[in-house]
Amino acid sequence: MKLILKNARVIDPSCRLDARMDLVIEEGKISGGKSGLKPKPGVETMDLAGLIVMPGLIDMHTHLREPGFEYKETIATGSAAAVAGGFTSIACMPNTKPVNDNRSITEFIRRKAAEANLANVYPIGAVSLGSEGRQMTEFWDLKEAGVVALSDDGNPVMDAALMRRAMEYAHSLDLPVIQHCEDKNLSAGGLMNEGYYATLLGLPGIPAIAEEVMAGRDILLAEYTRTRIHIAHVSTAGTVRLIREAKKRGIAVTAETAPHYFTLTDESLQGYGTNYKVSPPLRNEADRAAIREGLADGTLDAIACDHAPHGRTDKEVEFEYAANGISGLETSLGLSMALVREGVLTLSGLAAALSWNPARILKIPKGTLAPGADADITVIDPDLPWTVDVRSFASRGKNSPFSGYALKGRAVLTIVGGDIKYDGRAKRS
Amino acid sequence: MMKLGKKDILGIRDMTPDEIRLILDTAESFLEISTRDIKKVPTLRGKSVINLFYEASTRTRTSFEIAGKRLSADTINISASSSSVVKGETLIDTARNLEAMNPDIIVLRHSAAGAPHLLASLVRQSIINAGDGANEHPSQALLDMMTIREKKGRIDGLKVAIIGDILHSRVARSNIHGLTKMGARVAVAGPATMMPRDIERLGVEAHLKIDDAIVDADVVMMLRIQLERQKQNIFPSLREYAQRFCLNRRNLQLARPDAIVMHPGPMNRGVEISPDIADDPGCSVILDQVNNGVAVRMALFYLLSGGNDE
Repeated sequence: MKLILKNARVIDPSCRLDARMDLVIEEGKISGGKSGLKPKPGVETMDLAGLIVMPGLIDMHTHLREPGFEYKETIATGSAAAVAGGFTSIACMPNTKPVNDNRSITEFIRRKAAEANLANVYPIGAVSLGSEGRQMTEFWDLKEAGVVALSDDGNPVMDAALMRRAMEYAHSLDLPVIQHCEDKNLSAGGLMNEGYYATLLGLPGIPAIAEEVMAGRDILLAEYTRTRIHIAHVSTAGTVRLIREAKKRGIAVTAETAPHYFTLTDESLQGYGTNYKVSPPLRNEADRAAIREGLADGTLDAIACDHAPHGRTDKEVEFEYAANGISGLETSLGLSMALVREGVLTLSGLAAALSWNPARILKIPKGTLAPGADADITVIDPDLPWTVDVRSFASRGKNSPFSGYALKGRAVLTIVGGDIKYDGRAKRS
Repeated sequence: MMKLGKKDILGIRDMTPDEIRLILDTAESFLEISTRDIKKVPTLRGKSVINLFYEASTRTRTSFEIAGKRLSADTINISASSSSVVKGETLIDTARNLEAMNPDIIVLRHSAAGAPHLLASLVRQSIINAGDGANEHPSQALLDMMTIREKKGRIDGLKVAIIGDILHSRVARSNIHGLTKMGARVAVAGPATMMPRDIERLGVEAHLKIDDAIVDADVVMMLRIQLERQKQNIFPSLREYAQRFCLNRRNLQLARPDAIVMHPGPMNRGVEISPDIADDPGCSVILDQVNNGVAVRMALFYLLSGGNDE
């Protein structure tokens, strides 16, 4: 099986490539890039003039909900949402029920992902049993079963000694540790960002320092133990500053942020809309500006949407009782494309944040179009206007604050291992 | 008479000064009914009002109930402990079921801020917010403003001090919105742990000592201290709070000589207010507040029901 993608603008930060060329795919691998290839009988050729080809996008922070919360999402529907959003690979957090804290759950997730046969699914294992913050999981066994990173995500490791040990042990196995930075004592009872709008709305606040205290602690732990740390969904100006300073001092810290943190602020909560409820919470305008600066100067390495699908029963309740999270896989690229138009990121920078950098952080052999690499490719129409319609989401989670948003730019072809897993070219009419 | 162009009373935050004035004027006209031998007018005959209370309340619920009855509305009380709430039904389902029974007005008290907004977006009936979390308690602020206007003849230009747990107080929020809209100068004071962040942006002066807020005040409004806050280390002890933030003869001297003292109730005597101030008819208007509360709630029912039947 051979496929030729003709006339696209190919952007691949792994090879510092930004050129108009033809890409040849053979046996599920990139076999080379040339220009002016002629269509041949028996070889499928697609003319992608006007479109952009990037290494397949990778979302390193998703929640697929299976096992345990299949009414919110399954590995199959989450994978379908991924490819519909242009993502060829996703990493999924362990907060399922049961928690992915042992080999059998990891193997289950991988089997379900293989059955779905859409996106590559990389499980993230729990740091502690049940993500309860007490007893370390079997990192060796988890790694052998296929986890690519460790995290207790929404139940951050509050115990600094456990975090230290986990970082040391994981580092010896070359497994990244991902921390959702939130000091649970400082955030206790909070429902939205602490500040003017929380005061106005009478909602208990979650201060920015709840995130920053733990980010600072984990950066110090990484420095002391000479290991590394990846900070998930950075939401505050203070965390951006801490990471920027740490990188300058040579500490091995990487970080991601999510589209909602560079798009929205806590001002949006004025109608108590539960689709704006997310953890960490939407912050203020200064934070939003700092997140964009952090992406622009490379302090923040990756964009990951923290895809958190929920059922109607989780969101159609009082704000206080509503679950945190945004179903993000199908809007992430569209929202991120705005960063390019607004001059925050170049297209190469975007490809780095959405593909090459997450691949490097997770140490997975993805994120590149170099000859011999897996043919994971995302074809983007950068100018395609579209309106977010949650009813058309492949994800079971229709919980999006971006419902009705007019966006520009989306994936029109998602190719995984040389096979077309999503074809949205019909939307270009 | 002007009509209130609103379906719901969710908060003072989204009210105009004219709307506030209309409600206060209407409430004043209803005051007299409560002094009659037969305290009932047929104005809302055939209308029904549901008091849906997810939080315990004696004063507010009774006040709404009496207000409805004096206007001849049928009032029905549902409290969390005696309804399907304990069976785990969602607010949305409860609302839709109540809606199907065709009441005219639903009065909602709920511990979650924004709950009345959710309800109002779902049902066609008028919703009156009778207190939602730490957000708003609009009928309380309206009765407070009515009382101030009654005693002082105006609100514009007065200095009002609000003392206590501003962070957790819906009474403080509604009064801050209302009083600043009506032209009063508002000063708040409380321990630093009870001061919400960026409170100044609501247009008030913020102080950390009671004396600084009370100076030259025309009105001193004391807030109830929630005893359970002690467990969250919001304050160390009732003893220390009472020593530093209780309204007493000494600090009340700092206010204007004709200052009035208010409290939304229920009072913790000797904690936020000393008993001799609370009971001093020379300055305390606490029971006038309660009396005006019935009139304000009658006015809200009347205005939400069309407002020009008489």
